[in-house]
Amino acid sequence: MKLHCPMPQLDFDVITLGHGSGGLLTNKLLDKVIFDLLGNEKLNERHDGAYFQLDGKTAFSTDNFVVSPIFFPGGNIGELAVNGTVNDIAMCGAIPKYLSLGFIIEEGLKMTEFWEILVAVKRACDNAGVQVITGDTKVVEKGKGDKIFINTTGIGLVHSKADINIENIKKGDKIIVSGQLATHGMSIMSVREGLEFETTIESDTANLNHTVEVLLDDFGDEIHLLRDPTRGGAATVLTEIAKSRKLGINIEQKNIPIAKQVNAACEMLGLDPLYVANEGVFMAVVGAEKADQFVEKLKALAYGNHAAIIGEVVEEHPGQVVMSSLIGGKRVVNMLVGEQLPRIC
Amino acid sequence: MKYQSEYHNQELAEEYIRELKNTVTKPWKIMEVCGGQTHSLVKNGILNMLPPEIQMIHGPGCPVCVTPLHLIDKAIHLAEKEGVILCSFGDMLRVPGSQKSLLEAKAEGADIRILYSPLEALKIAKDKPEKEVIFFAVGFETTAPANSLSVVHAHRMGLKNYSILTSHVLVPPAIEAIMNDEESDIDGFLAAGHVCTIIGLEEYYPLVEKYKIPIVVTGFEPIDLLQGILMVVRQLEKGDFKLENQYSRVVREEGNPMAVEVIKKVFKIDNREWRGIGTIPNSGFELQENYAAFDANKKFDFNIRKAEESSECVAGQILKGIKKPHECPAFGKKCTPENPLGAPMVSSEGACAAYYHFSHINM
Repeated sequence: MKLHCPMPQLDFDVITLGHGSGGLLTNKLLDKVIFDLLGNEKLNERHDGAYFQLDGKTAFSTDNFVVSPIFFPGGNIGELAVNGTVNDIAMCGAIPKYLSLGFIIEEGLKMTEFWEILVAVKRACDNAGVQVITGDTKVVEKGKGDKIFINTTGIGLVHSKADINIENIKKGDKIIVSGQLATHGMSIMSVREGLEFETTIESDTANLNHTVEVLLDDFGDEIHLLRDPTRGGAATVLTEIAKSRKLGINIEQKNIPIAKQVNAACEMLGLDPLYVANEGVFMAVVGAEKADQFVEKLKALAYGNHAAIIGEVVEEHPGQVVMSSLIGGKRVVNMLVGEQLPRIC
Repeated sequence: MKYQSEYHNQELAEEYIRELKNTVTKPWKIMEVCGGQTHSLVKNGILNMLPPEIQMIHGPGCPVCVTPLHLIDKAIHLAEKEGVILCSFGDMLRVPGSQKSLLEAKAEGADIRILYSPLEALKIAKDKPEKEVIFFAVGFETTAPANSLSVVHAHRMGLKNYSILTSHVLVPPAIEAIMNDEESDIDGFLAAGHVCTIIGLEEYYPLVEKYKIPIVVTGFEPIDLLQGILMVVRQLEKGDFKLENQYSRVVREEGNPMAVEVIKKVFKIDNREWRGIGTIPNSGFELQENYAAFDANKKFDFNIRKAEESSECVAGQILKGIKKPHECPAFGKKCTPENPLGAPMVSSEGACAAYYHFSHINM
């Protein structure tokens, strides 16, 4: 990926312990690099915290980002950290406003890499329409981290029409996914040590807040639940819903959108795409009557062109998710135990 | 990717199911030998589609499941040594040893890497000459060519810091052991397609003759499996016993002679212990004497006691098809994928885990 902004002239090439000491080096890093790029009225106050006013019901969410490798096809840990929290706030039916941004950097991280990550943070914030208004940078000794870890916490205003609550889910509701599953997880897998595919699978990391806002404008409380199927994948979200509501969920394998090369990569590595992590995708549980219109609308919005109804909520087999396979067989989709490990054959 | 459409075609699947229903007149027990086939049967919901007369028995073809407890202990012991990088296929990591699993050893600080090919381990050995790199060479005939090739390459490259911990098992002797077991009452077999891709069909003819049972070499996609099952049932209903090849798009009569040549160069056939089953004569590979320098078993000292299996686990009876997973009193209660008593509950190819994950819709 190309840098979009030139990096400022600095007298250091790598981040060292001194950059986290709170002294001169920290100030240099903040002034010349972080504030210069991400600065705004609130952040520039440089106080111990930020002041702001939000009127109405607010949503609040935090997430840690520890992805390895930190650069992958289609993005890096920077935009992931912004999009991840922005999307979590959006899944609460809220419009994200402000973020905090915390870095834990392992000494030795190249300045060019850190700059590239910051540029991605900036770009993702601009796309989502959010501001970083407070933050923190710590540096740990070599070997005590993995290049860089990021924490973001977000706050947003709940949409006036939103009523996102798992208790609203009822028999007949439709299960909708906004895009192709498993793309992000397989993108990361494809660049992990030793795995080389013939084609590049690019991560679909994206901010979903604008898309969700339009859907909330149009469909309001017909949207019973929004979820971000990141770690654990779509299967985990569905099993959580089924178990929590003591209702059954039926899904149709043939309706689940998955890119061909992603499916092929999953087959090759012995992984089930239903359990693979997603980024620029959300799942929605929508009242049956409005579901078709919801999908139609979603398809016209950003990141929604592969949207599809993949299943429905039923009274049968309470607590279980049952999938009809492509050949018409049925099986239970369970929650994943531990990490999904590649199979031998 | 044709296999994803053609071999998952619903109309074709329904046609096979109809044909099976029209053909079958009495109960038959058919064993799919390979864990990959078990996984596909349950993942695609095929078990629930078959006519009730046809009972699928899940065989011992999950390499992770049949790797003996003491070998896992050995692997963990090696991984915990200073300066060792232990490399393994992914699903081996969760299998419990007598004290812990490789995954737990990794969490405690052992350098354990998940790889897809032993050739990647060679690269690590080359890049890190100060480390001892050991590959946990687990598998059936399918993974033997790559594992043996890694030894040939290491030898050629003059690598002194690479070795393999071998746990290679062979399918035909296992079929023989199952047929010789008095308790087992299997009527026919689906043989593992990928294994035959390597070794060909030769070793299966004597089994068909000796035990007068149909064996159909079968693939792994849903349509492959349905076709393979139909081929076995047709033979059974006619009273035939033949070797047939459903997976002819991949499996040739002679297998892959180049792969077999590398295997024979590096490995010799020896007796092998199978977890849950016991020792089966001539059922595994060991390194040949001239490659002893690459044999982790000989290269390192192991001062570990041979641990006992859990007495509650009936893995042996399950792997031989005498019991179904849900007939075990511990199934889903004391023994779950989070806390497995035995190996078939660990790998998703293992019969117990497959049942636990995919079957049993509570209607």
